[in-house]
Formats: sequence, C-alpha cells, structure tokens
Amino acid sequence: MDLRELYQDIIVDHNRSPRNFRVPEHYDRMADGFNPLCGDKLHVYLSVDDHRITDISFQGSGCAISVASASLMTEAVKGLGEAEARALFGEVHKALTGDEHAVDLDKLGKLAAISGVRAFPSRVKCASLCWHTLAAALDAQDAAVSTE
Amino acid sequence: MNAASQNTLPRAATAEPDLDVEAIRRDFPILHQQVNGHPLAYLDNAASSQRPQSVIDAVRYYEEHDHANVHRGVHTLSQRATDAYEGARDKIRAFINAESSQEIVYVRGTTEAINLVAQSFGRSRLQPGDEIVISTMEHHSNIVPWQLLAEQTGARLKVIPINQRGELELDAVDGLLSDRTRLLSVVYISNALGTINPVKALIDKAHARGIPVMLDAAQAAPHTRIDVQALDCDFLAMSGHKMYGPTGIGILYGKRSLLESMPPYQGGGEMILAVNFERSVYNELPYKFEAGTPNISGAIGLGAAVDYLEGIGLERISRYEHSLLNYATAKLEAMAELKIIGTARDKASVISFTVDGVHPHDLGTIVDSEGIAIRTGHHCAMPVMEFFGLPATARASFAFYNTRAEIDALASALQTALGVLR
Repeated sequence: MDLRELYQDIIVDHNRSPRNFRVPEHYDRMADGFNPLCGDKLHVYLSVDDHRITDISFQGSGCAISVASASLMTEAVKGLGEAEARALFGEVHKALTGDEHAVDLDKLGKLAAISGVRAFPSRVKCASLCWHTLAAALDAQDAAVSTE
Repeated sequence: MNAASQNTLPRAATAEPDLDVEAIRRDFPILHQQVNGHPLAYLDNAASSQRPQSVIDAVRYYEEHDHANVHRGVHTLSQRATDAYEGARDKIRAFINAESSQEIVYVRGTTEAINLVAQSFGRSRLQPGDEIVISTMEHHSNIVPWQLLAEQTGARLKVIPINQRGELELDAVDGLLSDRTRLLSVVYISNALGTINPVKALIDKAHARGIPVMLDAAQAAPHTRIDVQALDCDFLAMSGHKMYGPTGIGILYGKRSLLESMPPYQGGGEMILAVNFERSVYNELPYKFEAGTPNISGAIGLGAAVDYLEGIGLERISRYEHSLLNYATAKLEAMAELKIIGTARDKASVISFTVDGVHPHDLGTIVDSEGIAIRTGHHCAMPVMEFFGLPATARASFAFYNTRAEIDALASALQTALGVLR
C-alpha cells in the first residue's frame, strides 16, 4: 500500500489550492452533493450556453481526495459540451472502479491522478462525489435541485 | 473458560504494574497480525472491541456440542442450550448487580434496547405534549427512537445542552425537567467525546420529580463498574460487541415493576404462555420481551465476555485505561497542529481530535497505511459535530489490551500525515 499512489503531488496541490473554488454571481444550474457517511458536502455551479459548459465552480468541504477531485473536475470539463462531460464521467468512473486495463489514461489527462483511489475502496466515494453532483447539475431543470 | 484471567497473571515489570498487558494481549488472537506491513494497533474499540480466545471458544464449543433451540425441547441438547443461555443471563445479572435475572432482557444491542423502551414503555403511556429529555451528546440510537415516538404520540423532545469541554450543562437540567417529563434518557459515557456523565446526580434529580431514567451504557459497560441498584436507574442498555463479546447481542436491564407494567415489544413464539384466536397470554419476564428464537450463541459469548472482564476486574481495567488516556492526551497535545475535541474533567479512554489542514478521512487512511485503526467521521453523533462546528473528527479509543507503544505509533503516523498533506 503506497500512500503516494493516493496522495500524488497533484492531489496535494489541488487540495491545498482548489481551482474554481467559489460561488459565482451568476449560474444556470447547480446541485448539492452530500455524503452522509463522512459529512462531505459539495455544491457545483454551472453556466451552460447552447449545451456547452462555459463556466463551472464549486464550494464545500471534504477530504483531500474529494476536494482535489472536484478541483480537477472543474478544470477538465470547462468548455466541454454536455455530452462530452457525461462521457468523461464515464471514463472517470471506470478509472475509479473498473478494470484498470480498460482505462485510457490519455483520455483522462490530469484526471488520471485520482485513479490511485482504486487501491483504497473506502475512498472511491470521496473521488466520485463531485462527478455525481456534476451529473445532477447537468440534469437539473432549475437551480434548486439536489442530489439527496 | 477464562483461564487467562483467573490467577495466572504474572506481575511482570511493565509500565503499569497493576496489569500485565502482554499477558492480556496473548488472549486476543486478532491483535497478532501485520496490517499494511506494520503490527496492527487497534484503536477503534469504541466502535467495536475484539474478542478474547475464551469468548471465541465458548461460542465454538456451543456450536460444536450443545446447539438446539432453547426452552422448547425435552431432549438433552435443548436442555444444555437452555442451561448455557440462562447461565449467561445470570452472569450478566451479577455483572451489573441487578436484583433478578428476570430484569435482564436479551436484545440485539443497545439500539434495540432503546427502541424497545421507546415503543413499549413510551408508546403505551405518552400523551400529546408529554416530554422526553435527552442530551446533545447522544448517539443517534438515543435520539432517533425518541423522535419516532414523538411523531407517533405527539410528545416532544427536550435536549440538555453541553459546554465547550463536552460536558453536560447540569444547571440546565432542572429547567428541562417538568411535570410533563415522562423519561430522561442519557448516555453514561459519550462515544464521540469520552465524557463520563454524572449519571447518579441526574438520576437523583429526575427521581426527585418521579421521572424514570434510562442509561445508554454501551461505552460504560467495558470501562467502568456498573451497579444498577446503587445507581437506581430504571433502564440500562448495553451491547455485547463493545464489551469483548459477539455482535448481535445486547442487554436491556429494566426494573421489574416497570417491565411488568409494559406491553410486549414484538409478538411471536417464546413470549407467550397460551395463544388462541381470541387472545394470547403473555409469558413472564424476561421472556415477554424475547419473541422468536434468540441469538443463543451470542448470549453465551456475552456470558464468557463477562467472565473475562470479571477475571481482570473492572477496577483494574478502569485504572489502566485511564493511564493510557493520560499518556495519549499528553502525547497528542504535544502536536501543535492537533486539537482534542472533548476535554471533560471526567473522561473515559476515548480521544476525538482534528488536525489543522488534514481532513479526518485522510488521517484515517494515512494512519491505516501504518497499521493503525482509528475511526473517522461523525461517530453517529451529528449533533455533537454540529455543536463543535465540525463535519467530522478522528477518534482513537483505547482498550486494556492497548499499549503506550501503540500510542507512540499513532503519534508517529500523525506526523506522517502532516508530511504527506501539508
């Protein structure tokens, strides 16, 4: 069990200085993510224009894995079409839980750093919470929908 | 059954001359393993404690030689099973000094014991506007059953506040008890904070107003001597797996007069004397509350756990665990980044803490990589977390088989965590 597989430098960095960590003045959709087991709370805010994510930010509290995963996610999906973002969620989900040989690390880019969670099954939910919240925000019809 | 604990403890030179921890550790097979390449340091005893060989053997002996249904058959195995099952009940009676074994009801655990009292005692007598008093530091198992009861009856829940040390605000108690209060239900030792509550004083206050008192003794049973007659508590709940016995077995103690006045909790076999389609005649105590075939092997295991605890002695256990608490408190307080949550003047061997810049879940994972098991999260006490403004804490909880070396290992692993994440 190698801790550095989990807490890679990029994870530590994004936990210490999360990107896009703010409540925006304007947004089109949002969703709350909550993990009642550990108390992690996330809010994801989206600006969407013609099915394209033009801005994304998040707020909340959680462990290093959960904060870094959310931070990396915002960088990865900004500018993507809605369908592309959902497809990327699928790839991330495979990277976190699936067969490691089926994962195309090139498609993941920087997000590949969170695949170290695979060796720590109790922490997979920490890494995936933000993605489930993003999916809920994409599905949201108005700003008040929550995942829970 | 409890050979290790009778009179074989050598007075070896250890840090604690009162208790030979190395001899005790030999009684617990699970402790002797490597986890992630390090010797296991099991510091999650408040969540669930480990079983000594004598408990494992008692359960296994029963499974291999004596199993049959209890109180049913005339055949030899049924008699043996019944004798072992009722023998365990008598041991538990003596362990908490109840007046009669009829006051010892087997349940699944503390949670079921509290639900039983809420649904049987509470539902049969609460009226709209009646009140149940609990405290801020309760485990969810001593909150939610009362909320369900309040929804069913129109009763209200009143909550004794706590202070920044994690102690009950005793001055507030008198104002919360009223002529509408039907029960005071409080935790004896807090699982999240380690606070030992002054339960005798609370019981006296409540009884002065004729209010019965229930104690959640899940954490107290393995740490401190309980005497239900000296306490004069009306109900008391405990869990086998937190006192070195099996999971899925626990005890509700209730004063006979109260238990007799209460309707059954569940219906079925065992709890009846006669059934026809007009009416059924309920069995005598404690069987009235034990519908269905019980957890026989669990009860026998719990009896063996009580033997083991008595063999060492609760007084010695309390002294040793208190010395571990003092050692660990000093060791952890020496870390500038660490803050202990729950600093009551009277505490059991439980330390909740936070570390600046490191989330409790990351702490849990990182210390686990060095073989150390601690709990992280809200400890099923969300109102406590809310009071301290925290989403979660890390918690180390010590048993009499833990050592100062394990506490040193924890402190060292916490330094590792700081190195990884800061």
